[in-house]
Amino acid sequence: MAPVSTAAVEVCDLVKTYGTRRAVDGLSLRVPPGSVLALLGPNGAGKTTTIEICEGFRRPGAGTVRVLGLDPIADAATLRPRVGVMLQGSVGGYTGARALELLRLFASYAARPHDPVELLDGVGLADVARTPVKRLSGGQQQRLSLALALVGRPELVFLDEPTAGMDPQARRRTWEFIRRLRADGVTVVLSTHFLDEAEQLADTVVVIDAGRVVAAGTPAELTRSGAEGQIRFRAAPGLRLESLVADLPEGSQASEPEPGRYLLRGEVSPQLLATLTAWCAGQGVLADHLSVERRSLEDVFLELTGRELRA
Amino acid sequence: MITSFAPAPGAAPRSRMLAAQTSMEFRLLLRNGEQVGLTMVIPLLLLFFFNLPLLYSLNNPRRIDFVVPSIVALAVMSAAFTGLAIGTGFERKYSVLKRLGATALPRSVLIGGKTLAVLLIEAVQIVFVCALGFVLAWHPHGDPLLALVLVALGTAAFGGLGLLVAGTLRAEVTLAAANLIWLILLFAGGIAIPLTRYPDSAREVLQYLPSAALSDGLHQVLQDGRGVPIRALLTLLAWAAVALPAAARWFRWE
Ligand SMILES: Nc1ncnc2c1ncn2[C@@H]1O[C@H](COP(=O)(O)OP(=O)(O)OP(=O)(O)O)[C@@H](O)[C@H]1O
Ligand SMILES: [Mg+2]
Repeated sequence: MAPVSTAAVEVCDLVKTYGTRRAVDGLSLRVPPGSVLALLGPNGAGKTTTIEICEGFRRPGAGTVRVLGLDPIADAATLRPRVGVMLQGSVGGYTGARALELLRLFASYAARPHDPVELLDGVGLADVARTPVKRLSGGQQQRLSLALALVGRPELVFLDEPTAGMDPQARRRTWEFIRRLRADGVTVVLSTHFLDEAEQLADTVVVIDAGRVVAAGTPAELTRSGAEGQIRFRAAPGLRLESLVADLPEGSQASEPEPGRYLLRGEVSPQLLATLTAWCAGQGVLADHLSVERRSLEDVFLELTGRELRA
Repeated sequence: MITSFAPAPGAAPRSRMLAAQTSMEFRLLLRNGEQVGLTMVIPLLLLFFFNLPLLYSLNNPRRIDFVVPSIVALAVMSAAFTGLAIGTGFERKYSVLKRLGATALPRSVLIGGKTLAVLLIEAVQIVFVCALGFVLAWHPHGDPLLALVLVALGTAAFGGLGLLVAGTLRAEVTLAAANLIWLILLFAGGIAIPLTRYPDSAREVLQYLPSAALSDGLHQVLQDGRGVPIRALLTLLAWAAVALPAAARWFRWE
């Protein structure tokens, strides 16, 4: 028999209310050990609130939260050495300390820390090791914050928007770190607004909106579900599409939204493309500007959470 | 190059954390210009100025013997109350304490590190103040050990009050309040002006201020060479016994 609860993080029916606003409204999620879970959601969706409840910074209003099988508040002393934390938007260390000095201080809290010099080098901050934290650029502060989260060799890390403000190189480096963490058996819970980041890194993506889970699954599952994709092409206006639809698999649609512009919806597959080009050849038309558009996680995200801007 | 991120969590021994924390806090204090001004420069300047005959006349031919214990009391108040309150208040504001709360560092070790750093600063202050005092022909009396006990108790009382202010008020309010209280205690709390110069009714109340107790105790020991200043010690003990638990109870870490 499998153990009853082997999740690294387990959140059940979590509710957190501020005044009359429900920041988290019946949220549940489960993070298997050694996996990467990405929280996606518009501003104010409740990502930080959820993460900070798991970190023991805030008390849940209702519901249960288990982190490494323990209670984040009652068992805080046991959990803290085992969990690495990256807060959203601030290093949250002594701002007058120098980068390496702060990393050394955090290393001194841990029994078997990483070598601070190596780790600082690893996040690309060797050149600013002696710069005070408050003088580091925003992206540099994020990288230091990542190093501080990892220096104690935690088994679980919470990274709240880890790559916010990072340049593309630093983002790639951070992704590499997260992949290596996963490969070495560390559980990662991260939040992000970069859908490619979630797609690239996460075993599980959880999309939340207004404090509720609106979708969860692997990136592939999320992008596969619902409308599949589309093919666009241009050709002479007024083609008779009925005969095309007859050739296509069940459930596919073809239309001409503007004269000479055609749109094909359906499960995008090599067969679909072959059928289309064969039909064009049969009609004696040359399809121009042919483009295959697969559904991206961004499309799914916007479908689920709407297109209007959040408060 | 980091070769493995394989988990190997665990907390360091408390002694190692305490040493690292104390050393960090102490270095940050020395690096902060305002803190150095508050805890080092101002007491030394005041020591020099209060010793000038033109400022006001103390009914004491040996002015310096009054001034040095006063400045020691001021130094303790500056470091343990004003300096600690302002520093901690801004650490709270900038999520320093919150972030430290997510590490293996226990709160008791954090407080311990802060306390030791304050004591180290006080040691430096007292060395400088006494050195300048000796240059100005200061002749201490009494038992220096008693003076150290007073300083330790004063640090506990003022430190508790400082943490109480920093842990309950906003950082900006803490900044204003800590400076204002410092100024009030300096003049009305028996440090710059002997309480004997106040009317009896006022003195009855003012003598129970922590600054007055510390200053009075230090004067009794160092200036008058008297024995154990019971009332001063008990007053400081009472302030510490109220302020420290209150700070622990109401301190908000975020
Ligand atoms: N301490 C608080 N007091 C009052 N309201 C709060 C508090 N913390 C969060 N909220 C509210 O709860 C909601 C969720 O906030 P949260 O920070 O969890 O969002 P988020 O998903 O992390 O957003 P973002 O992407 O902008 O970081 C927001 O409406 C926010 O205003
Ligand atoms: Mg957030």
